[in-house]
Amino acid sequence: MIKLKVNGKNQQFDGDPEMPLLWVLRDELDLKGTKFGCGMGLCGACTVHLNGKPMRSCSTPVSAAANATVTTIEGISPDGSHPVQVAWQELDVPQCGYCQAGQIMSACALLAKTSKPTDADIDAAMNGNLCRCGTYLRLRAAIHKAAEAMPAKALVKAEDKPATKATRSGARLLPNKK
Amino acid sequence: MLGLYPKAAALAQGPQQVALAPTDFIRIAPNGIVTLTAKNTEIGQNILNTLPMLMAEELDVDWKDVRIVRADADNKYGNQFTGGSTATPANWVPMRQVGAAGRHMLIAAAANTWGVAESECSTASGRVHHKTSNRSLGYGELATKAATMPAPDFRTLKLKDPKDYKIIGTSTVSVENKDIVTGKPIFGIDVKVPGMLYAVMQRTPVLGGKAVSANLDAIKALKGVKHAFIVEGRPLRSDYPNYLFEDPGFESGVAIVADSWRAAQSAREKLEVKWDSGKWGAQDSVENAKKAGELSKQTPMRTLRQDGEVEAVFKRADVKALEANYMIPFIAHGTMEPQNCTAHFKDGKLEVWSTSQIPQPGRTATAQLLGLRESDVTVHMVRGGGGFGRRAYNDIMLDAAWISKQVNAPIKLVWSREDDIQHDYYRCGGFQFMKGAVDKDGKLVAWHDHFVAYGEGNAFAHDGGFQPGEFPVRFVPNYRVQSSVMGLGLKTGALRAPYSNSTAWVIQSFIDELAHAAGKDPLQFRLDLLATTPLPLGQREQGLDAARMIGVIKLVAEKSGWGKRNFPKGQALGVAFHFSHRGYFAEVADVSVAANKKIKVNKVWVAADVGSHIINPSSAETQVQGAVIDGLSEMI
Repeated sequence: MIKLKVNGKNQQFDGDPEMPLLWVLRDELDLKGTKFGCGMGLCGACTVHLNGKPMRSCSTPVSAAANATVTTIEGISPDGSHPVQVAWQELDVPQCGYCQAGQIMSACALLAKTSKPTDADIDAAMNGNLCRCGTYLRLRAAIHKAAEAMPAKALVKAEDKPATKATRSGARLLPNKK
Repeated sequence: MLGLYPKAAALAQGPQQVALAPTDFIRIAPNGIVTLTAKNTEIGQNILNTLPMLMAEELDVDWKDVRIVRADADNKYGNQFTGGSTATPANWVPMRQVGAAGRHMLIAAAANTWGVAESECSTASGRVHHKTSNRSLGYGELATKAATMPAPDFRTLKLKDPKDYKIIGTSTVSVENKDIVTGKPIFGIDVKVPGMLYAVMQRTPVLGGKAVSANLDAIKALKGVKHAFIVEGRPLRSDYPNYLFEDPGFESGVAIVADSWRAAQSAREKLEVKWDSGKWGAQDSVENAKKAGELSKQTPMRTLRQDGEVEAVFKRADVKALEANYMIPFIAHGTMEPQNCTAHFKDGKLEVWSTSQIPQPGRTATAQLLGLRESDVTVHMVRGGGGFGRRAYNDIMLDAAWISKQVNAPIKLVWSREDDIQHDYYRCGGFQFMKGAVDKDGKLVAWHDHFVAYGEGNAFAHDGGFQPGEFPVRFVPNYRVQSSVMGLGLKTGALRAPYSNSTAWVIQSFIDELAHAAGKDPLQFRLDLLATTPLPLGQREQGLDAARMIGVIKLVAEKSGWGKRNFPKGQALGVAFHFSHRGYFAEVADVSVAANKKIKVNKVWVAADVGSHIINPSSAETQVQGAVIDGLSEMI
């Protein structure tokens, strides 16, 4: 029996301890925000935080997360109000959007460590997160924008305390008809 | 208005020329909130916003009052083809007409309510006004009555004067951004159906191969595995079909269905299959390259276009001739989201959740495969994590539907990354053997291209041929393009900007070589070439408008400071242009080459002319940035 805390909630898993954390999150806990891209830790789409550090959940066995704290994209904020998520929406960063959960997880980890990153800091920290659509320019701009919106003190608790509220003046999408 | 890419343009226009009903696209709630149906596939190009923006503009509502729902695949929405860069231009008129027709019906309802002439009514921000009597009604108040008004003949509708546009030309951020940044389950791979099982498929490693036998009993005994069986598949209807419509291919392999994807995928490690690899089992890319070299020395099999006397020019003493060979590799699409499809066969009916770029032909092919009526197949369209042409092929829809029917349960078929790369419809490779000549004034006087491609007889592999009218045809007095083909046992297909994504590189690179041979500035050499009075277009050829191309070249020269900047040794600017899918593009790249030959692209300037309107500037900008990065990734 493996115990772990995911997005502040205690969870346990009694299946194959070698099962990659990615599939425990997606198919056992139904947290579909973390994405399967390559299964080999090469693309970064599956990035989550393990005890606050970014890691590739597709190539990490769930046993490595025993008694650890895991944060996924769903745990960054309940409503998209984290400054990184706000900047992402306002600068219209996503194209297809598939890699963006991983990008955001890496960006949050960077900002928790480096409150005002330079372009070089961003390039280095985000290097392992591929975007097939090529959103790199906007992604970099959004990290700078989020850094400005995040008071240095709030950074430590960024994940529990959103600093600004998302503004949405445009059209919205309705769920698919069933 | 549908220009260049003849095949895709034709596809986008028909077969379904149906009269669109405004009520299929527009719903208005009593509070004035307008729900618009987005009919094309979202794969990152933001078509989910674009087409509703067109409707909202002519309907005359505020964007903030708009909600968007996805359409299912259904012929009542007209053509839902999302590819060949046609989704926007093909819908530019019809979607505005739908919005204008809706507005017309709302005006009719208001005029009828007030007993006034429709011509005395006007609209603004979701309200109909009758100025003379100072009355107005919100669309929400009129919606029920408006729905009973006859839809006008679209041809009689007067569309807005572009100077009155409030939405077209204004950036709107994707309506799915919030769902994306909060990790909502919006992609194909996230679909969940009650009682769903998970499937993987080990497909034949060679096109046309067959699974003869497999250790199915051992696989079925593994933990979590519910079913394992051989899929016979179906031979292709021809060796080089158009996989978009003639046949996406239903290949042989072994399907494994389990209670989790991880269990199904893990079972593959134990799977042993005996394959009959068929006629392509021995094909070899090194041998193909060798054969291409041999073919290049022989008389070409076909002449595709010929002007003047190329050979005579090459023999002249007063010209400088040069040769260059270009090898075009096969490229997989590599969408971030691996191919997947969820299917639920139940009681003779099929429900599918798909990221297909062409869901209607998928629905047709799936119904045929399962022996169902098309009306018994429902295809829900789901956001795709990147397309680039890959999702224009409905092979995985066929596989998923087949597996679901076999196991009589809902299943989600998900490919591994390895499956995704191994079973792609690759951007077709090929070889171009070029020869050109410049005269003593530095003018391009002869151009010869022997294109060694894949195919048989007069048939090229799908999307692996030569695009009729490709520049510089018509602009060089002595011009000849010829082709030879050799066999290929691989599925090939459209990759973002088919044809252009390889020919632009070949043609622009060779033009650069010729400019250097002529001792001319490469940008000026191009402008001089475009200033030539062009020969007439041949049949089926689509040509560029030189004035528009000169416009973007001059603009990019100005913005990049072409010819006005000094660089250290090892750094320089390069230029290229291309006409593709109705768009005129010119780019300048600032590139450094280090002592160890490592190349760094420092900056790229792009000038584009894609027609009269940019509907959503935010999306247009990000598409261009992404395309530059995509192009660099394919080259390096």
